[in-house]
Amino acid sequence: MLSIFRKEVSSYFNSLVAYITVGIFLAVTGLFLWIFPDTSIFEYGFSSLETLFSIVPYLFMFLIPAITMRSLAEEKKEGTFETLATSPVTDWQIVAGKYLGSVVIVLLALIPTFIYYYTVYELGAVKGNVDTGAVIGSYIGLFLIGSSFSAIGIFASSITKNQIIAFALSVFLCFIAFAGFGAVSKILSFQSIEGTLAGLGIEEHYEAISRGVLDTRDLFYFLSFIAFFLVCTKTVLGGRTW
Amino acid sequence: MSIQVENLTKAYGQQKAVDSISFSANNGRIMGFLGPNGAGKSTTMKILSCFIPQTSGKALVNGFDVLTNPVEAKRQVGYLPEHNPLYIEMYVKEYLNFIAELHQTPNKVQRIKEVIDLVGLGVEQNKKIAQLSKGYRQRVGIAQAILNDPPVLIMDEPTSGLDPNQLVDIRQLIRDLGKDKTIVFSTHIMQEVEAVCDDVVIINKGTLVENDSLQNIFSRHKSKSLEEIFIRLTSQNVVV
Repeated sequence: MLSIFRKEVSSYFNSLVAYITVGIFLAVTGLFLWIFPDTSIFEYGFSSLETLFSIVPYLFMFLIPAITMRSLAEEKKEGTFETLATSPVTDWQIVAGKYLGSVVIVLLALIPTFIYYYTVYELGAVKGNVDTGAVIGSYIGLFLIGSSFSAIGIFASSITKNQIIAFALSVFLCFIAFAGFGAVSKILSFQSIEGTLAGLGIEEHYEAISRGVLDTRDLFYFLSFIAFFLVCTKTVLGGRTW
Repeated sequence: MSIQVENLTKAYGQQKAVDSISFSANNGRIMGFLGPNGAGKSTTMKILSCFIPQTSGKALVNGFDVLTNPVEAKRQVGYLPEHNPLYIEMYVKEYLNFIAELHQTPNKVQRIKEVIDLVGLGVEQNKKIAQLSKGYRQRVGIAQAILNDPPVLIMDEPTSGLDPNQLVDIRQLIRDLGKDKTIVFSTHIMQEVEAVCDDVVIINKGTLVENDSLQNIFSRHKSKSLEEIFIRLTSQNVVV
C-alpha cells in the first residue's frame, strides 16, 4: 500500500497536477480574502476568517475532482490496472493507496493557508483578537470535507475509464453531498423530516464543527461517509470478478 | 506441477470464453499457448494471473489456488499482459523500482540492475518509458514480469511488434529463463513455437483441441509443420 501511495503522490507532482491545483487554490482563496472588495477582510473590518471557511468547500468541490479524476480511470484505460491487480496486493491496498495520495494533496493545499490566520492574528485591533477555537474547528472541518470529497472522487474515478465523466460525476456528487441535502430539506412537504434530511448533508456537520465544538457524532458522520465511498470503490474494482 | 488447470470455464453471460479446459505445465519447460484470435487464450491467462476469476473449475499455480489464495498465487507468477501496459510518464528505473516495491523484492537495487542487463535495456535505462520504441517497451514489460524472480511466467504475446533482431533476442531470453522456470506464453508465430517450446496447447473457441509435447504432436499428426497442424485443428470448416 505504501508503494502505491508513494507513487501516487510523486505522479501528482511529476505531472504538475499538484502544483496547478494547489496553486489555483491558494490564488483564489487569496483573491477572495484580501483583494475582492465584496469579501475582503479589510473591507469587512472584523478579524475573522469566515470568508475563507465559507468559500473553501466550494473550491474543493471543483479542485478535488480534478485531482482524483485520473487516479483509477487512467489505470483502467491504459490497462496498467491489470499490472496493479496482478501484483501481490489486495484491492483494499490499491484503494487505500490511491485515496491517501489525494488526501495528502488536500492537506498540502490547506497548510499554506495557515498564513492567513497568522496575518489576521497580527493585524487584529487588539493583537490576537481571533476566535482561535473556531478557526481550529473550521480547519478540522475543511480537512474532513477534503477527505470526504476525495473519497467521492476516487469512487467516481473507479466506475469509468473516462476522466471527464469521472470529473463531472464527482463534482455533482460533492455538490449534492455538501449542499443538496440541506436545500432539499427546505421543500415544504419535507417539513416533518427537515432535520433528518439536513443531517445527511455535509454542510450541517461542517457548520457544527466550525463553531469549534468537535462532537463525536460529527466526526463519526464524516468517517462513515468516507468509509461508505471507499467500500463502494472497492466493490466496483471487485466488479471485474462478477 | 507448477500450473494445473482442471475443467476451467469462464462464461460472459451466455457466451463461454473458455469451456472446460484442462492442462498442466511443468517446471523447466516452456509451453506455447496457441489458438486463433478470440479462442480464449488471454482469458485463460488472466485467470491464471488472478486478474479475473473463473466461472467454474480449478486453477492452481505452484499449488496455490487462484480463487482461495490469490495473494500467494500472485507472488508465484510474473505476468506480462497483452498490449503490455506501462506507466509511460515514468522513468524506466522508477517504474521497475515501483514494481519491486509492490512485490517487496529483496535487494531491489541490485535486482533491478541485473534485470536491466538480462533483458538488454542497458542503453535505454535512464529514459522515460514514453521515449522508448515498441521493442524496448516490450523489454520493460518483460523486465517487470521477471523482476521478482517468480517461478512461473505467463506472457501474453510477448513478441508482438518486435523486429527480427529483437525477436531473436527475446526468444533467446525466453529459452534461458525457461531452464529453471515454468513459462506459458501465447503467440501467433508458429516458427517461434517450433524454435522455443517444449509443450504445446492449442485451444479453439474456448475448448482444448491439442495438448502434448511438440515432438509427440509432430509424430502423431505425421506432419513437420506446426502451421499446417494448427490450421487443420482450428479452421472453421473442419470438424475436429
